[in-house]
Amino acid sequence: MSTATASPRAAFDAALLERIIASSSLPSWASDVRRAAFDRFVSLGLPGRRDESWMRTDVRLFKPQAWGPSAAPTSPTVPEGLLAPAILSGDLAADSYADFDRAQAPFASQHAAAGSAAAPGAGGKLAGRLASVDGHVVRHELDPALAAKGVVFGPADELLASHADALRPHWFRVIDTGCDWFAAAHAAFHSASSVLYVPPGVRIADPLHVIAGMSDGGVDTSHVLVVLGEGAEATVLTETAGGGATGTAGGFHCGGTEIVVGKGAFLRMVNLQNWNTGVWHFARQKAVVQASGRLQWTLGALGSRLSQVAQDVALAGRGASAQVNGVMFTEGRQHLVYNTLQHHEAPSCTSDLLYKGALQGKSRLVWRGMIKVDKAAQKTDGYQRNDNLMLSTEARADSIPGLEIEADDVRCTHGATSGRVDAEQIFYARARGLSAEEAARLVVAGFFQQVFDRITIPQVREALAKAIGGRIHRIA
Amino acid sequence: MPSAAEQLVIKGLHVSVEGQEILKGVDLTIGRGEVHALMGPNGSGKSTLGYAIMGHPSYEVTAGSIEIVDPSGARHDVLAMEPDQRARAGLFLAFQRPMSIPGVRLADFLRHAVTNCRNPDRKEGQELMPMREFRNELKAKMAELSMDTEFARRYVNDGFSGGEMKRAEILQLAMLRPKFAVLDETDSGLDADAVRLASESIARIGGAEMGILIITHHEQLLEHNIPLQTHVMLGGRIVESGGPELARELHKLGYERIRAAYPDAAAAEKAMEESAKAAAV
Ligand SMILES: Nc1ncnc2c1ncn2[C@@H]1O[C@H](COP(=O)(O)OP(=O)(O)OP(=O)(O)O)[C@@H](O)[C@H]1O
Ligand SMILES: [Mg+2]
Repeated sequence: MSTATASPRAAFDAALLERIIASSSLPSWASDVRRAAFDRFVSLGLPGRRDESWMRTDVRLFKPQAWGPSAAPTSPTVPEGLLAPAILSGDLAADSYADFDRAQAPFASQHAAAGSAAAPGAGGKLAGRLASVDGHVVRHELDPALAAKGVVFGPADELLASHADALRPHWFRVIDTGCDWFAAAHAAFHSASSVLYVPPGVRIADPLHVIAGMSDGGVDTSHVLVVLGEGAEATVLTETAGGGATGTAGGFHCGGTEIVVGKGAFLRMVNLQNWNTGVWHFARQKAVVQASGRLQWTLGALGSRLSQVAQDVALAGRGASAQVNGVMFTEGRQHLVYNTLQHHEAPSCTSDLLYKGALQGKSRLVWRGMIKVDKAAQKTDGYQRNDNLMLSTEARADSIPGLEIEADDVRCTHGATSGRVDAEQIFYARARGLSAEEAARLVVAGFFQQVFDRITIPQVREALAKAIGGRIHRIA
Repeated sequence: MPSAAEQLVIKGLHVSVEGQEILKGVDLTIGRGEVHALMGPNGSGKSTLGYAIMGHPSYEVTAGSIEIVDPSGARHDVLAMEPDQRARAGLFLAFQRPMSIPGVRLADFLRHAVTNCRNPDRKEGQELMPMREFRNELKAKMAELSMDTEFARRYVNDGFSGGEMKRAEILQLAMLRPKFAVLDETDSGLDADAVRLASESIARIGGAEMGILIITHHEQLLEHNIPLQTHVMLGGRIVESGGPELARELHKLGYERIRAAYPDAAAAEKAMEESAKAAAV
């Protein structure tokens, strides 16, 4: 059965694919998705620098043959994500002056707006959670009251067959699984994948939490599919954490996220990437927002050795809106690359992207953004902006905004800045008694405030601020 | 009586910026509870003195000393302290041009500042002053200064008008209650009513506890803060000291008499102007 070819990818091969299919309880149509992706996978090589999306990503040191999935989790312990302390203890840090009589933010939950509940997740309550390690789900649960309302949440292995009507139309159909080697590898070999389906009209007040962990040298190929029916509402917090640090075996994440926001639905989606600094991170992520649907999508990235992330939003129905937030902090020799797409397919949609990055050490951050407006998408309002703060002279940031507009009645703008921390700001703060480190942290926190102000989930804001604060060195 | 109070003692202070000597031997002693005025033409070195007292890294002290001498006679070497240690030791500088820190709320900034200045040994990460207590105190102080509490939610000096910046500096002075404060042109940018209010406020904040050095080109700020001494700086030196009448004279008549009386300092002023011009080219 083994196909002993000259292929250097000993682990991710046809034999493995068949083993996965034989041992999994996914329906046959889902196995067909794997096989189709595998066919594409074997025809592709690693992306090269001639590819526009990869030209600023150096994957020469990534050795595909070095990686293969583990038969069982090396350790059942799930690495602690950034949100763990806040979620477990439920301590909402209402410690900022701003939190007193805070005004209602535009992307706040309708629940909160209606005054029926506090901010989602207040008190650390979760609607559901799922954790995996090295590509194996180790625990999952969903509030039974939500299950009774028809909410589906848990491992794809258990749920895909029984909820094919709701999930099959979207399963690996949102992202392009053929676009490159990593996307195809993910679609063929994904494991520990999870699904969330919220039926029309169901609003989930508390967040759902999905964490994918890895041990040193581990592999994670987990997939997340989120589908919100018409008028549904949910908050999904996904995290990745663990793996090895620089100089160890490291780790390999080859993941994908698919999101469908139904008509008039509202989703707050958060992806926090906090791998250790030896991990290779490749992720294809795409959301489709239907008419009058709203999406607030926040990416936070602090970890990994090298990241290459595609974050696409398609505004597919009239009046859809998406707010995209990015918070990146890099240090050492980390190299993070983001390709974002705001694709306006329908008229009268709004998209607003704000990525902010702070760079320390010799790290490098690349953002390449595109707003694409189809001919049909009149009255588009599109915005993209990337601000970077350089905390060292050796760090490097590239911002490459782009517009591709075919409609004539649109408003599309973009902006990018790159700046340094001003020594005079630090002195001013020190003259008021703040230590050099405290001053640096405050200035950097201030830099991120604009994007934090947009994130309407206090735990996420606080966790990111705290994690970033903890990594900032003294700025001379 | 004055000898019993804690003093800020500056002796023979020489300060250079980028290798260029700006202060050429400054002597000044300020006791707590005293108000001193410092006047002098543009570029004479007044702000430089303020920065040197606060420890700005660009201002290199090449000779002389700055010490806090407490009533027991114990001397604390200010020059050995980092800027934040100086603030925690009770020194304060109201900046001629305050820096903005976008994204950082004035209230949050001040809460860090107040906590540190009241617990000089606080390490970062240790508890801040309790929010409720801080907020009540801040509200009370803002009311005394006729400031809208909404102001504290704005980002530090970000988009503030000239007058708002100066009022924010006075608010910080009020919250931090230092032992010694240098107010560098805290009256500039304020309208006539605001200057009067500032003058009253500073007098109230200072009380009998604070030693204040008021750097000014005017005399209104001195209305409620009668200086024990008025000092005139020229060419990087304090060339003359007198009473409140000296401030009035300089404000009305300018520095002609001073330049004529101190030709060496006037020559130094010329030389400084020239080298500043040369540096700009
Ligand atoms: N950071 C600096 N870099 C270069 N030159 C400086 C710097 N700071 C001060 N100087 C120079 O030192 C001299 C004194 O400046 P300073 O600001 O102390 O004057 P001042 O008395 O406060 O003047 P003003 O009344 O205009 O505020 C000026 O010639 C100025 O150009
Ligand atoms: Mg000055």
